[in-house]
Amino acid sequence: MDNMDNSNKKSMLERLLLIDRRYVFICIALAVIIPILFHISFREIATDIVRDLYEEIDELPPGSRIMLSFDYAPTTAPEIQPMVDAIIWHAAKKNLKIYMMAVWPTGHSLIGQTIDSVLIPEFPDLVDGVDYMNLGYKAGNQGLIRVIVDDIKRMYSTDANGTDIDLIPMMKTVTSLKDMDFIVSFGGGFPGVKEWILFAGDPGNIKVGGCCTAVSAPLLYPYYPNQMVGLLGGIKGAAEYESEMIKHFPEFRRRPTPALDLMGPQTIAHIVIMFFIIFGNVMYFINRARERKLEDTGRR
Amino acid sequence: MKTGRLVSIAIFILVIAAFLFSWWRSDWSKSGLLVTTGAFLTLFILSFLYKDNPYYKFAEHLFVGVSAAYWMMMSFWNIMVPNLVAKLYPSLVGGALPALADKPPDYLFFIPMVLGIMLLMRLSPKGGWISRWALAFIVGTTAGLNLIRYLRSDFIRQIDNTMIPLVAQTDAGISFWGSFSNIVIFIGVLCGLIYFFFSKEHKGLFGGAARLGIWILMLTFGAGFGYTVMARISLLAGRMSYLFGDWLRLINQ
Repeated sequence: MDNMDNSNKKSMLERLLLIDRRYVFICIALAVIIPILFHISFREIATDIVRDLYEEIDELPPGSRIMLSFDYAPTTAPEIQPMVDAIIWHAAKKNLKIYMMAVWPTGHSLIGQTIDSVLIPEFPDLVDGVDYMNLGYKAGNQGLIRVIVDDIKRMYSTDANGTDIDLIPMMKTVTSLKDMDFIVSFGGGFPGVKEWILFAGDPGNIKVGGCCTAVSAPLLYPYYPNQMVGLLGGIKGAAEYESEMIKHFPEFRRRPTPALDLMGPQTIAHIVIMFFIIFGNVMYFINRARERKLEDTGRR
Repeated sequence: MKTGRLVSIAIFILVIAAFLFSWWRSDWSKSGLLVTTGAFLTLFILSFLYKDNPYYKFAEHLFVGVSAAYWMMMSFWNIMVPNLVAKLYPSLVGGALPALADKPPDYLFFIPMVLGIMLLMRLSPKGGWISRWALAFIVGTTAGLNLIRYLRSDFIRQIDNTMIPLVAQTDAGISFWGSFSNIVIFIGVLCGLIYFFFSKEHKGLFGGAARLGIWILMLTFGAGFGYTVMARISLLAGRMSYLFGDWLRLINQ
């Protein structure tokens, strides 16, 4: 009877150790879907690194120039787009002159999409070429950034719509990136935030802020605060920025806050993953202890 | 006919029927077709989690094809036309970029054009060696450009960023957490460097510092892994929001 119990226990342990990964996928899917369906979200408080970026934009006087670089693709848009929407809304609200460009080809269409979804419907008084402009995509990666630190017009002869750059009112007083008061790179990889720090921020002595995917965030922390004003890392950074916006601009609450909405699934999914990590390790140690015990019994 | 084939045909008919049903629910509209196509492609990709299948392969190949075409068109209209054709023959681009048609030609751009043609010689079985000259130019300029900037910003400035006071002062006096943070950075950098110093045997105090260094590296990798998990969950949650919000309209966005 005892032997039978042991073999049953062993088979149960083995079954748990060899659990099909598809059950794990189902658990993660449920952990993400349920909070989305039931609107489970959590309160976020901005950390220093996020608040510094927020304050830098907030303290710019009206009419200051801000360059936003769209260096990401639709594959990372769920993480980056909430940051783009919040920052462009903030910049428009503060009456800053918004310059948009892309060092990623995919950034070109994402600029247009952002203008159509945020600037035109929510700030109908803003005029293209006067209050905001789209420089579009140019090839050259960090080489492009290095050139426009000294001379934008050497690389950009027209804007994204094909208008002569000299005829655009916003470009009349701009010759190089050094004329920008602040640069924000929305980076999904290479070239991204790091290249903006290395090739524009440091040599041009221009303030640079970063918004990046969670994967690249740990690599960018060493640049804060001396070489980078602040950083929004992944959806958590975006949610913190949105919470800061709600705190200072109550009307921001009326618009979608995708990052805050995604923090519910994030938290629940992380709890499930932590459970599986602990569960897997406990099972592993129990199995190892059992195997050692069996080896000792065999030797005797 | 084998049972497997019958099942495959039945699944295919079901997928088509579900697609048409979904499109019909959006009144056969163009936006409904786009949302339904996006939703089905998402489901095709996610089906790989069960096992490899033809629907996953279809979505994967479609993605590769569309991406290649997108990059090609973007490169042509955003690089070749304004940066090369418009510089050499401005009148040629009058239809697409009228703002540039009246500019004087800049014949210096013959140099990048020749380098570009040389790069394409890689496709020729006999003239492949010609592309090495253009490639050498690219490698040389990129290396030169990067070397200076990485040396200044990633090496010298990073050393500068590490030279911080161990006791952090604020207007209110000594900052406990600021000092703690600075001490962690100082010890972390020092021990991390010691771990990679192999000219002296890792023994005694030196060995202890190296062991602490590897612990710090492990913590860094753990933080990196945690961030990666967060990124992947964000992407999954983004797709689920699309499926349940934009497609099935079960949530208000």
